[in-house]
Amino acid sequence: MSDLKFGTEEPTAEEKTAIDELLSEIGPAEIKLDERFVVSGRTRVKDRRRLLLPALHELQNTSGWISPGGLNYACKVLGIPPAEAYGVATFYHLFSHESPEAKDLIHVCDDVACRLFGAETLIEDLKDSGHKVKPSPCLGQCERAPSVLIQRTNKKDLTAVAESNNSLTAVNIEQVLTSETLTPQMTVPQKGSEGLSLLSRVGVVDPESIEGYMKFNGYDALKKALTIGPDKVIEEVTTSKLSGRGGAAFPTGVKWRAVADQVGRPRHLVCNADESEPGTFKDRTIMEGDPFALIEAMTIAGFSIGAEQGWLYLRGEYPVAAERLENAITESRKNGFLGENIAGTEFNFDIHLYKGAGAYICGEETALFNSIEGFRGEPRNKPPFPTTHGLFGEPTAINNVETLVNVLSILTLGGDKYAMQGTGNSTGTRLFCLSGRVVNPGVYEHPFGITLREVIETAGGVVNSKKIKAILLGGAAGSFVTSNYLDLPMTLEDTREAGVSLGSGVVMVFDESDDLPDTVRRIAQFFRDESCGQCVPCRVGTVRQEEVLARFTRNAPFDTDEELLEDLSVVMKDASICGLGHTASGAVLSAINLGLLERTR
Amino acid sequence: MWAIDPRRTSSAKFADAWLGLNVGTDIALANGVAREIIHTGLVNEEFIENATEGYEEFKTHVEPWTLDVTSEVTGIPSEAIADLAHGYATAPTAQILWTLGITEHHTGVDNVLALSNLALLTGHIGRPGSGLVPLRGQNNVQGGGDMGALPNKLPGFQDVDDDNIRARFEKAWKAEFTGEHGLNLTEMFEAMEQDTLRAVWVIGENPADSEADVKHARAMLERLEVLVVQDVFMTRTAQMADVVFPAALGWAESEGTATSSERRVQRIRAAVPPPGQAKQEIEIISEMAKRLGSTTWGDPTPQELWDELRSLSPMHGGMSWERLEAEGGIQWPCPDEDHPGSLFLHGRLWERPISGRRAPFSCVEHRPPVDELNAEFPIRLTTGRVLDSYNTGVQSGKFDSPIRSGDALEISSEDAAMLNIVDGETVRVSSRRGSILMRVKTDAELQVGLAFTTFHFPELVDINQLTSDATDSKSGTGEFKAAAIKIEKIESMANV
Amino acid sequence: MNEIPVGAPRSQIEVQIDGKQVKAVEGATILNICQKEGIDTPTLCWAENLTPVNVCRVCVVEVEGSRTLVPSCSRPAEDGMVISTDSDRVRKSRKLVFELLDSSVDMDRSTTEVKEWMEHYEVDSSRMGSKNEIATVAQPPKIQDSLYVRDYERCILCYKCVEACGEDAQYTFAIATAGRGFDAHISTEFDVSLPDSACVYCGNCIGVCPTGALVFKTEHDMREEGTWDEETQEVTTTVCSFCGVGCNLELHVQDEKIVKVTSPADHSVTSGHLCIKGRFGWQHVQS
Repeated sequence: MSDLKFGTEEPTAEEKTAIDELLSEIGPAEIKLDERFVVSGRTRVKDRRRLLLPALHELQNTSGWISPGGLNYACKVLGIPPAEAYGVATFYHLFSHESPEAKDLIHVCDDVACRLFGAETLIEDLKDSGHKVKPSPCLGQCERAPSVLIQRTNKKDLTAVAESNNSLTAVNIEQVLTSETLTPQMTVPQKGSEGLSLLSRVGVVDPESIEGYMKFNGYDALKKALTIGPDKVIEEVTTSKLSGRGGAAFPTGVKWRAVADQVGRPRHLVCNADESEPGTFKDRTIMEGDPFALIEAMTIAGFSIGAEQGWLYLRGEYPVAAERLENAITESRKNGFLGENIAGTEFNFDIHLYKGAGAYICGEETALFNSIEGFRGEPRNKPPFPTTHGLFGEPTAINNVETLVNVLSILTLGGDKYAMQGTGNSTGTRLFCLSGRVVNPGVYEHPFGITLREVIETAGGVVNSKKIKAILLGGAAGSFVTSNYLDLPMTLEDTREAGVSLGSGVVMVFDESDDLPDTVRRIAQFFRDESCGQCVPCRVGTVRQEEVLARFTRNAPFDTDEELLEDLSVVMKDASICGLGHTASGAVLSAINLGLLERTR
Repeated sequence: MWAIDPRRTSSAKFADAWLGLNVGTDIALANGVAREIIHTGLVNEEFIENATEGYEEFKTHVEPWTLDVTSEVTGIPSEAIADLAHGYATAPTAQILWTLGITEHHTGVDNVLALSNLALLTGHIGRPGSGLVPLRGQNNVQGGGDMGALPNKLPGFQDVDDDNIRARFEKAWKAEFTGEHGLNLTEMFEAMEQDTLRAVWVIGENPADSEADVKHARAMLERLEVLVVQDVFMTRTAQMADVVFPAALGWAESEGTATSSERRVQRIRAAVPPPGQAKQEIEIISEMAKRLGSTTWGDPTPQELWDELRSLSPMHGGMSWERLEAEGGIQWPCPDEDHPGSLFLHGRLWERPISGRRAPFSCVEHRPPVDELNAEFPIRLTTGRVLDSYNTGVQSGKFDSPIRSGDALEISSEDAAMLNIVDGETVRVSSRRGSILMRVKTDAELQVGLAFTTFHFPELVDINQLTSDATDSKSGTGEFKAAAIKIEKIESMANV
Repeated sequence: MNEIPVGAPRSQIEVQIDGKQVKAVEGATILNICQKEGIDTPTLCWAENLTPVNVCRVCVVEVEGSRTLVPSCSRPAEDGMVISTDSDRVRKSRKLVFELLDSSVDMDRSTTEVKEWMEHYEVDSSRMGSKNEIATVAQPPKIQDSLYVRDYERCILCYKCVEACGEDAQYTFAIATAGRGFDAHISTEFDVSLPDSACVYCGNCIGVCPTGALVFKTEHDMREEGTWDEETQEVTTTVCSFCGVGCNLELHVQDEKIVKVTSPADHSVTSGHLCIKGRFGWQHVQS
C-alpha cells in the first residue's frame, strides 16, 4: 500500500462492527504481526478493494449516510485513499453524504411510466406529510406505477407497491412502513399458461424453496451440463443461436467460446442484473419469482467457460430480488449445487452477490466491472473486450439475466429444438415489459416474430380503447414509434431494418392525452442524470440536449435547436466512450422526427 | 519491497513489509540474514565459487548469528528475519538501497560491508536490477567524490599516492604536489583542537550548524586564526568568518555539471545572474590562485575545466560537453566517445573467468552505538530529514510550505504517557553533551524508547548540541543517528 | 539462476493514414503514428508522461470498419488499419467537443496549442445559449495555501491531475473525481482543504493541467496583477540541488526572477514530475 493519509474522524461503534464483519474472512489490508513487523503491500491492498462497494452499503445502512468517520475507517482497513473512496461513494444515488434528517428516505420514481400515473402528486403528498423524499429514475416497477423504494437506516429496504396503476398513495406508504413487509411485485398475467419457458415457474413455485424448484425440473439442466461437459454445452448454446437479451443481441455461444479459449486464468462469469433501463422490469420478475433458475444458469455458464467465480451484480433498488437470490445461493450451497465439488463432480464454483447503489451506467459491462472492483462505475474504452480483459482485467463472460435463464431450456430441449422457436436468427422466446396505457401491464413471454400489435393486444389493448399516440420501444435507449409500426414483427432482423430496436423488451404505450414533450424531456433528463461524466460528449452533450428539450417544453426553442439536437446526436454517437452516450439521443431524435414535440393540448 | 528502519517511514508504508530494528544494529541484522541464507542453502554457489573470496571464513564468522540471537539484538521477530532472508535470496533480482541511516554511525563503513556480503552471497550484483545502491543526499555528493574532493584521491578516484598517476596530473597542472593524504572532516576538527590546522576555507558548508556535537565544533571554528567562508548565504559559519566570499548559486546561477546517485553526469546551467558582488566559484578560486602567486592558472571556463578533467580521469573520457548537452546525462564509466555510459557497475564479476580481483567477503562485527543508553540517558535519539526541508534549512526554509512539520521531538505515545507529557508540550532534552528545550509530538507508531527529530531548523532547535561526537574511524563520518538522551518534563516555565 | 526477462522483439505493422501507407511498430497508438507523421492532432487529456484515459475525445479519428470514431491516444494501431484524421466526421466531432467544453468551462487560460486547435476548428459555442442561461462550472477559485490555486471553473475534467497525484507519478492520491455526470468534479475527500488532505505539494498536478485550472500561486497572482508575460520568459534547464536523484528543472525566468519551475516530460529521471523542494524550493535564489 501507499503511505496514505487518513482523517481523524472516528467511526461509530456500529459502523466499526459492520466493517469488521465484512472483513472477517479476508482480514485488513495491513497486519501488525509484531510491534516491529508490519505486513501490508500493494498485493494485500488489491485483494481488498472489491470490498469498498459492500462497505459503503454497510455504512449507508448502519448510519443512513456515508459519514466521514465511517468512510475513514473503511479506508484504513481496506487500504484505500480517502479521496478515491469519497469519489466512489459520491458516484451512486443511493449513498447519502449528509447526516440524515430522517430514518427513512423515500425514493419516488418520477420517470417516464410513473409520471403518467401521479408520481409528482405522490411526491408532494409525501413531502406534505413530513417524509424525506427523493425523486428517482425508473425503479423497475413500471407495471404498477407510481412505484416507491424506501431506503431505511438499520433496517431492510422496502418497496411499496399498489394493486394497480395510479393507486399508490401516501397512506399506502405509511402502511408499508408500519408493516415492514417486503412486497414482491411480480405481475405475470400469463402465469401458469402452457408454453411458457422463461416464465414457466414464476408465480407457480415457491421462490424461496429449493425443494419446490427441484420439483419443477430444477437443477436438471446443470446435471445434464455436468454430464455432457463444457464444450458440448457451448456447442448446444451456439446451435440454439441464443443472442444477448440485454440490448446488444450478441451471440452467446460465440462469447462463451471466446472466453473458454482464453489461456488466462482465473476466468469470471458475471451476470448483469443491473436492470435499470427505464421501462424494464423483466429481470426483476425472474429474480423475484424464480431465483434458483438464475443461480443454476450462472453455474452452467461458469462450468462451460471454465470459471470458478461467478459475480451477480444486482441493481440496488431490488431489495426483494436481493433477499431471494441470497437465499437461493445459500440453499444451493447447502444442497451441493454451489461451492466445491458441485453435484459430486470436480467442478468448483461459487457466486458473489454484489448490490449496485443507484447508477444506470453500471449496467454497461465495463462500468459494472469497475463498480465490483471498488472503483467509480466509469466505462472503460473498448477494445480490449471483456472476453480477454474483463473483471479484474481477467477473461470474463458477462450475460444478462434473461439470456442466462434461456440456457436452461436450451439444455433441456437441445439447441436444435430451441432454435425452432422464433424466426431465422431470432430464436427462442422474448420477454416484453408492457407498461403505460395498456389494460394489463406486466411481463409477457412471446416467441420472436409476434407483431407489436399482438403484443399490445395480449396485454388487453389500450385503456379505454384510446388512440395510441406513441410507443416507446426498447426503453429510454430505444426509440419512439407510432401506430404505423403495429404490424412490425418483433424480431432482431425486422426491427433493425425498421431502424428501431427491441432493446430490453420495453413496450410502453402512450395515448393521445399524454404530454409527450414532457416525457421526452424526462428521457433527456434521465441521460443527463445518469451520464457518468467521464467523456465530454456525453457529460456536456446530455446537459445541452436536456436544455434544448426544456426549451421545447416551454415552447421557447431557439431557431437552431433542432440542428443542435442533430449535431449532438451525431457527436454523442460518434465520440462518446460507451453505449450511454451512443444511445442518449435515440429516443429524443425519434420523437422529433415523429413530430411528438409539438404540443397538442 | 521491504523497509528496514527504526521508524515506520513513508517508504516503509509503501513496503510489503516493515522491520523496525533497533538503532545501530544493522550489522547484526545483516549477519543474521547471511547465516539464514547459508543455512537454508539459498546461497549462489556458482557466484561465490567464481567471483568472491573469503567465503569459508565469513561462514564461520556469522555462525553465532542465529535467528534468536539476531532477534534479541535487533528487536525484530525471528520469523521476519527469516522471511527477509528467504525473500532476498530467492528474488530473481534484488537491490539493497540505503541512505545515511547506514553510514552516519561509528560503524558506517562496516555497515556497508555487511550489506555487500549479502549481495555477494546471492549474486545480486553486477546485473540489471541488482546491486548495492547508496542514495545521495545532495545533487553533487557523487560529483564531489568523482572530482577528487577526498583526502586521498585525485579526480576519477585515482590514488594520490600512486606516483605514475600523480605524474600525469603534475604534468597537466604544471605544478608539483606530494602524495600525502589530506584530512577528513573529523580529522580537521581534531587538528584544529591541536592547533595544527589554523586556517580554514569553507566552501558551501555550514559546519557551525550541521556538525554533530555542534558546541564543540563552534569552539573549534572560533579558535582558528583565519576562517574564510565561501557561500551563497550568511550562514552561522559565515557569520563567524574573517572573510566571506559571496558566491554564485551552483544550480541556478552557474554553468557546470552535477553527478547524481546513479553516476549520471548532467549539465547545470545559469538561469539568473548572481546577485550583487557574488562571483562564480571558478572565478573566486582562480583569483585566489593568482593572489597566491600562480601564473599558470588563467581564467578557465567551465567547459575548459571539464575537458581537462576528461583528459585526466579515464572514467569521464567519453563525456564530451556536446554529448552531455545532447544526451541529457551520461553514467560513468564512459571511457570513450563511442561508449554509451554504464547502467550498472561490477558486471565483471559475472565474467568467467572473472576479470580482475575477486570480491572479498568482510567479517564485520556488530558494535553498539558509542553513546550508550543507561538509566540517566534512556532514550535513543535519531535524526533525519522530512520531505519539504533540506539540511540546515538555509535553502528550503525560504518558501512557505503548507506541510512544514516544524522542529518537534517525536516520541512514542507510551513514553509520553510514562513521562506524563502531552502532545505539544515543551520539554527539556539533554544528552551527555548539551541540553535544549523542544516541543514534543507524540507518534503512536514510534517504537518505545526511540525519539526522532529533524535537523532542518537549527535556529529554532539547536539539535546538534545533543548529537554524538563519535565518528567512524574509517570514513570520519559522525554518528548522527544514535545519541542517548533524557527527556524531562518542565514543571514550571519560570524555572527554565 | 533466473534470466533477466527480455521482451520479444516487436514486429512491424503497416497502416494507411490519410491515404498514405505508413510503417509502425506493433503496440504504437494511432496518436503515436500521427505525431511521427507530423499530423497535428488535438489532445487535452493525453500527455506523454501519463497513461491515456481517453476521456476528452478531441483526438478521435475515423477507422474504417469501426461503427464509431476511435480515440487515437489509446487505440493501438493494427496491421492494415485505414485511418482518416481529417474527415468531415472527425472535424465535426472535434469541433463540437471543443464547443461543449467552451460552453461550460472558462478556456481563456488554456495552453497556446489548445487555443490554436480551438481556432483551427472554428469553435463557436454561442448557439448553446449564453453562459448565464445554461449549465456551466462557474465557481470562485480555491486558494487555501501559499503555493497552489485551484480555479475549477477552468477545469475540463481531463483527469490528468488525478493521474499525476496517483499511480502515474506521486502515489499520494490526495484528489480524485467525485460526483457524477455534469456534477463530476475533482475533489479531496469530503472536499477538505488541500493542506488538510494528503497533498504533499509536489505540483505535479499543476504541471499537467492544460487549461490553467491548477496554477502556482505565483503565476496566479502575477496574472491577476497583469504582470504575467509568457512571451518574455526564458526557460533554462538545470539540475535540482536538493538530493541525489538528479531531477532536471526547467526554470522559467521573467525579468531575472524565477517565476515557475517545471520539468521536461521526456527526461528519463523525472518524466516531468518533481517534489515540493524542486518545485518550490527556489525562493532562496532571489531572497
